[in-house]
Amino acid sequence: MYFALLKMVKYMLNNWKIQELEKRVQEIRCGIISMFSYGKAHHFGGSLSCVELVTCVYFYKMNFSKENMHDPNRDRFIMSKGHSVPTQYAVLSLLGIIPQKELATIKQIGTRLQGHPDILKTPGLEAPTGSLGQGLSFANGIALSCRKDGNAPRIFVLLGDGEVQEGQVWEAAMTTSHYSLSNICVIVDRNKFQSQGSVSGMMEVEPLEDKFTAFGWKSFRVDGHDISDICKTLDLVDREENKPCAVIADTVKGKGISFLENTYKYHNYKLSEDEYLRAVKELGC
Amino acid sequence: MYTIDKEAARDRYGKTLIEIARQDENVFAMDCDLGRSTRAFRITEADPERFIEMGIAEQDMISTAAGMAVEGRTVFVNSFAIFITGRSFDQIRQQVCLPNLNVKVCGSSSGITQGPDGATHQSILDCSLMRSLPNMTVLVPADGNQTEQAVMAAYENPGPFYLRLSRYETEPLIPEDIKYELGKAQILKKGSDILFISSGPVLKHVLEASEELDNKGISTGIVNVHTLKPFDNERIISLSENYPLIITVEEHSIIGGLGSAAAEAIAEGSGKARAQLFRLGVMDTFGESGTAEELLKKHSLDSGGIVQFAQKIQREL
Repeated sequence: MYFALLKMVKYMLNNWKIQELEKRVQEIRCGIISMFSYGKAHHFGGSLSCVELVTCVYFYKMNFSKENMHDPNRDRFIMSKGHSVPTQYAVLSLLGIIPQKELATIKQIGTRLQGHPDILKTPGLEAPTGSLGQGLSFANGIALSCRKDGNAPRIFVLLGDGEVQEGQVWEAAMTTSHYSLSNICVIVDRNKFQSQGSVSGMMEVEPLEDKFTAFGWKSFRVDGHDISDICKTLDLVDREENKPCAVIADTVKGKGISFLENTYKYHNYKLSEDEYLRAVKELGC
Repeated sequence: MYTIDKEAARDRYGKTLIEIARQDENVFAMDCDLGRSTRAFRITEADPERFIEMGIAEQDMISTAAGMAVEGRTVFVNSFAIFITGRSFDQIRQQVCLPNLNVKVCGSSSGITQGPDGATHQSILDCSLMRSLPNMTVLVPADGNQTEQAVMAAYENPGPFYLRLSRYETEPLIPEDIKYELGKAQILKKGSDILFISSGPVLKHVLEASEELDNKGISTGIVNVHTLKPFDNERIISLSENYPLIITVEEHSIIGGLGSAAAEAIAEGSGKARAQLFRLGVMDTFGESGTAEELLKKHSLDSGGIVQFAQKIQREL
C-alpha cells in the first residue's frame, strides 16, 4: 500500500515535470518563429529539431541560471552546431538572461544576438562556434581546466549530424576519451538533413553509436522529441562515471511546423507572411 | 640573463617557458607530437601536469587551448610554424581571435632555415596569415635574448599572440642597451644610402651585409622589427624620409610579411618619403630541401646575397 502510494506520487510528479518541459518546448518554438517573423532568413530546420533536447538539458538536467552563470562550477551547454543558436537565445530569454523583447533584434546590425554565437557579445553563451566541428574540442579544454581545480561540471555539447562529417569532431572525441573527461556528454541532433540535401546522400555518418563506442564513449540512442525518453537517458548519462557519453537523438528537421518538416529546403529560409501565420497557428503560439 | 653563445630561438623559448610556469600555475603548454623539437616539453621541468599532449591534431589542440583560456588559463600552443598557422587557421580565427582569448600560438622551426625537411615543412607564409587576424599580435624575435623578451611580452599581455620561433642558431645580435618595447622597431645602426629593415634571425646576415657595404663606401642603416603587428608605422614612415633606398629582408614570402607591412606603412605615410622600397625574401616560390645556409644562399638571404641585391638595385636606381 505504502509503495503503491509512493509510486503514484512519483508518477504524478514525473507527469507534472514532463508537462512543465512540454510547456517550455512550446515557448521556445514560438520564440524561434517570432524571432524571425517573416521575411528574415534563418536556419529553421536545425533550430526546431533540437528544441526538446536543448529544453531537457537546460530545464531538467543543468545547474545553470542567471544567478550562477559566472560560477566556475556551473554546468555548461555548448551549441557546437552554431547555426542553431536561436534555440539557445530563446532558452536564455526564458532564464531571464536576455530580455524577451531583444530576441527580435537577432542578426540585425548592432545586435548582441549574432547569427552565430559570439561569447563577447551575448551573455550566457559558453563557446564561439559557427564554423563547424570545433565545439567539442572547446568543451574538452573547459573540462581539462576545471579538472585542474578539482571541479567536474557537466558539459553538454550539441552536434549536428552533418557536422560530424568534420574531422575535428573525431580528433576531439579521441581527446575526450583519452583524458577520461567523463563529465562531457555529446548529443547529436540526428535530423537526417544538412544544408544541401539528406545526410545519407551527401556523406553517410552512420553507424554513429558504433563510431562513438569505438572511440571509447558510451553510446545511447533516443527519440529526440520524446521528453520522457530524453530525460531518462540524461539520468543514465549522469550515472556513467567512467566514460564520456554520446546520445544519438533521432529528430525531425523543422519539427513542429508541418511544411518545414523533413526537408533540407528550409535549412536557411525566409518565411512568407502566410507561412509565418500558419506556423504560429500550428504551434499554438 | 644575456648569453654570448650561439642559441636558437626555440631553445631560449623552452627555458623561458620553464621560468614562467614556475612563477604562474595558470600557465600550460600543449603540443602535437613535436614537444621535444619545439622545446615546449620543457615545461614539464616546472610541472609535468601542465604539459598536455594532444597527439597529431593541430585543430583540436587550438580549440582545446581556447576552452582552457576561456576558463582563465594562459596556454602556449606549439607545433611547427607551418602546421600551427596553416592547418588550424580557422580555429585560431574563430575560437582564439574572435573571442580574444589568452592563447599564445608558438610556431617553431619557421622559415626556410627549417632546412632539410623541404617545402612541406617550411613556413614562408605564417606571418601573412597571422597578421590578417584581428586581435592578433605577431612577434618575430631575432636572437635568443629577444626570444626571451618576446615570450615574456606575450605572457604579460593578455590576448592572442603569434610567436614566430626559429631553430636557426645565432650569436646575440641586438646590443644589450637597446630597449625591447612591444610594437616598437629598434634602430640598430644609422646610415645615409640604404636602410635595411630586418625581422627575425636573418638579421645576422643583414648585419654582415651592412658592414660589407659600409666597407665599400655605401652607408647603411639597420632597423629591426620584432613586432610585426602592430607594426611601428610611425618609426618606419619617419625613416623613409631620411633614406633614398629601403630594403626589407625577411625569411618569409615577400607577400604579406615584413615587406608588405613596410610598403603599406610608407605608401599611406607622411607623403614625404624619399625612399624607394624593395622587398627581399622568398620571392613567391616554395622552399626545398637543403641546409639552412644553402637555402639562405639560394634565396639571396645570406650576407653575400643581400650585398649583391643591394648593389644591383643601387646601380639601377
